[in-house]
Amino acid sequence: MTDTTTPRAGRVNAIGLAQTDYKGLPSTLCQGCGHNSIANQIVQVAYELNVRPAEMLKLSGIGCSSKSPAYFLGQSFGFNGLHGRMPSLATGALMGNHTMRAIAVSGDGDSASIGLGQFKHVLRRNVRMVYIVENNGVYGLTKGQFSATADEGQELKYAGTNEFPPIDICMEAILAGCGFVARSFSGDAQQVRELMKAALSHGGTAVLDIISPCVAFNNADTSTKSYHYGKEHEIPLHGIGFVPSEEEIEIEAYDPGELRVVEMHDGSWVKLRKLEADYDPTDRMGAMHRLQWAQENQELITGLVYYDGSRPSLAESSRLGDTPLNALDESRVRPGREALAGLMDGLM
Amino acid sequence: MSTGLIEGQALANPDGAAADLIINDFSIVVATANGTGSQTSNLAILRALFKMGIPVNGKNIFPSNIQGLPTWYHIRASRDGYTARRHTSEILVAFNQATVIQDIQALPPGGICIYNGDWRSIPQRDDITYYAVPVNEFVRAADLKEKKLRDYIANMVYVGALAYLLEIPLEKLDEALMFLFRGKRRTVDSNMGVVRAAYEWSAANLAQDHPYRVAPMNETEGQIMMTGNEAAALGAVFGGVTFAAWYPITPSTSVIDALNDYLGQLRRDPATGEATYAVVQAEDELSAIGMVIGAGYAGARAMTATSGPGISLMAEFVGLGYFAEVPAVIWDIQRVGPSTGLPTRTSQGDILFTYYLGHGDTKNVILLPSSLRECFDFGYMAFDLADTLQTPVFVLSDLDLGMNNWMSEPFAYPAEPLKRGKVLTAEDVADRGFARYKDIDGDGIAYRTLPGNEHPLAAYFARGTGHNDAAVYSERPDDWKNNMARLARKFDTARLLVPGPVIDEPEGAQIGIIAYGTTRPAIDEARDRLTADGLVTSYMRLRALPINDEVEAFIARHDHVYVVELNRDGQMHTLLSSELPELATRLESLALLDGMPLTARWVVEAITAVEEDRPRRRSANGRGRRGATELDLSGNGSMSPGNDMPRGDSGLTDMGHDGHNREVIVEEME
Repeated sequence: MTDTTTPRAGRVNAIGLAQTDYKGLPSTLCQGCGHNSIANQIVQVAYELNVRPAEMLKLSGIGCSSKSPAYFLGQSFGFNGLHGRMPSLATGALMGNHTMRAIAVSGDGDSASIGLGQFKHVLRRNVRMVYIVENNGVYGLTKGQFSATADEGQELKYAGTNEFPPIDICMEAILAGCGFVARSFSGDAQQVRELMKAALSHGGTAVLDIISPCVAFNNADTSTKSYHYGKEHEIPLHGIGFVPSEEEIEIEAYDPGELRVVEMHDGSWVKLRKLEADYDPTDRMGAMHRLQWAQENQELITGLVYYDGSRPSLAESSRLGDTPLNALDESRVRPGREALAGLMDGLM
Repeated sequence: MSTGLIEGQALANPDGAAADLIINDFSIVVATANGTGSQTSNLAILRALFKMGIPVNGKNIFPSNIQGLPTWYHIRASRDGYTARRHTSEILVAFNQATVIQDIQALPPGGICIYNGDWRSIPQRDDITYYAVPVNEFVRAADLKEKKLRDYIANMVYVGALAYLLEIPLEKLDEALMFLFRGKRRTVDSNMGVVRAAYEWSAANLAQDHPYRVAPMNETEGQIMMTGNEAAALGAVFGGVTFAAWYPITPSTSVIDALNDYLGQLRRDPATGEATYAVVQAEDELSAIGMVIGAGYAGARAMTATSGPGISLMAEFVGLGYFAEVPAVIWDIQRVGPSTGLPTRTSQGDILFTYYLGHGDTKNVILLPSSLRECFDFGYMAFDLADTLQTPVFVLSDLDLGMNNWMSEPFAYPAEPLKRGKVLTAEDVADRGFARYKDIDGDGIAYRTLPGNEHPLAAYFARGTGHNDAAVYSERPDDWKNNMARLARKFDTARLLVPGPVIDEPEGAQIGIIAYGTTRPAIDEARDRLTADGLVTSYMRLRALPINDEVEAFIARHDHVYVVELNRDGQMHTLLSSELPELATRLESLALLDGMPLTARWVVEAITAVEEDRPRRRSANGRGRRGATELDLSGNGSMSPGNDMPRGDSGLTDMGHDGHNREVIVEEME
């Protein structure tokens, strides 16, 4: 197991949990797999944000990526579902208990091929969850076929040449109406953590498209999904910092030419230190344009690509109350005798 | 054309006043084009008869089409309370020129034909009575610009004419329209204006030269009338449904329409709009069942409603639900398959598919409602069973039960509180620990926790992959074998929990009949007829799968048992033969699939034919014949609507639809 986050003994967070309390089982993925690094960042983020394990739900589909929820948050409920069908499972589970937060882990095969329909529709519905796509451009468990996010013209030893254009997770997410779209690189642990914290604060579906190299089948230096390429070519759109809602943020002190601050659904803040001077993540068309440019020029742009916190979540538009559906008692879900009698009278 | 069996018998008026009148014992068929608003007219007649106290049933034989193709609405009035479809209807309302030739051909001698007098010609028969009604006159009088409204008015014209000819009191039609238009007086008045005008014109111009009359009875006092899909939705509401996800598909769509309607009335705070439920229209059935399984895992009472093609798409998730042990309720309103099949016709063709749905070794619990009452009862019981057994539960209704209007005694309020099954709270986990798939009680049903449970040991990772007692991934052969053995044990527990069969075993019964679902009215009627003919029958009506010991014992008590069902291959016969191989030779399949609701006549003729043939066949080959079909029977098999129509232009052999067939069939109510 790759473990970069061994904490010092005895340290606990504000709710009295040690970082080890957020761990899962040892990973069975390959040594050096990008997915392990992401799992470790989830552990650290949950620890730092004082997440109660009981309020977090883990969801996944099928594939290497989808195994990883077993490797973090071992005290949280989880459901490892079907290939490409995690979004519907998540939608149901999170409507069953809409007071929970959720981290869903999928891959490029799971979300861009077999599950592309469900991926798009869960974003339309805006189910509140962090939707991580661990994107490596290749099928690992079946040993090296191209996925739908592989670069056009790319060559792989087993699969030959990829003749087809890639599906861009972030562009698809924006088109589907997603209000939080980010791209990162598993080799940039600090950025992954900050984006994940911001994503957990979002009120709807937050998509994290994390380039997560497959060391076994797609890590040649020429691949845009490789470690080498990521390290050499990552272009952060901004430096990103997350400020939890408990902490004061002094907006006035910042020069708007250098820093953008975005208030999240739960009152926390995301600070974006500008690297690309003109980049505005609240400009939908601008974001699409930048992604298109990046794809054409094989640029690995990272950061919060698009943000719009205005759309209601599915639970909100369904007008659910404070008590989750799974905790309503009989008196609230079974109408009384007089209601049935009244209906029967009306049908006579 | 009449066989003399059951149908077309002239019965004396009970009052003895007029000889040869046939009172409250005939069928009406209304032939119109789809999408012309005839449904309101037909339902008005149906409900008016119901309000007169006459037992009635209405069946809509409609095309997969929004507008233009032929539709037949059958109304059977039966003073004896029979509600099965009849082969023949004595009274024809011929309002569709495209089908009029065949419609008139299908009338029995002595029948009557009410038709649009504006047509230039109509096929003539000298053994039926014609009534021409000048429809255009009424339409012109109404002075309407829109074609749709003109069609609509035309349909109210036949209501008025029928009311005069059959003696349906106008105030009963008024009451019926008040029901259909939910008390909107003005709408009712404008409709009644046309009905009354047509009634008065008929009184002045038509002679009642026919024997068919209605007369008030008190057989429907205290009864309700609605569709099976509405009853199913109501049952779900009283079962505490909290989540539904679905994708539109005929004939199940009205389950969710009704669910939304009732939930909106009963489960939403009128002041704040806050809801204690959510209904999500999914992008397909894969997603619909995925949401239901997700919600069931979370502890919601989750359901979906679909039909055969939707079940095909749900196979994957049902297997997950079975294996990860997640409660879910799936209403399958069966239509005719394979493939897109006949989307607007009825069948019992999904028995084997749903029973075994899921790859690997999967078996599912199935409820088989036969009436409105059972749609309601199973509507809430399905949730109790799903929660108790922690598994997907199917409820197999069909188009006939689901979309047609039936009478019923009012539904009884559930006698017991909601059964949520073995769910551990945080305190329970603290007291006794937790291993998700451990069979503590020996019944194969393990304990579960719900997401949100605060105990640190309460969480588990549900999965479709191999797992041990603690829900941890495992490829150990013993873990796999033991888990699957426990699931089989759980299925045996289900045998004891599902509703058992309903058995009627009179003295002197010579043969047995097994049936299920909406063949019930035809079987009931057929048994009366067979008894009258000297063949007393026992009857076991299955209400659920898996079967229990009572089923085995019933078969064992009879040498010869007919399994009657609406599919080609005799699916229940196959299933029973496979579950009870030592009794299989006693079972004889009587299976029919032509898309139409079963008639008593078919049952009587099929059983009679085999019974007459049986001694000879026995000596010939020593074993029962499989799968008697309508082809084996004497008589004209073409009595189902549309059968006599030329191939290709009937709208029945070539629907011309888009091949996707998920459209909602529009009922023009206003």
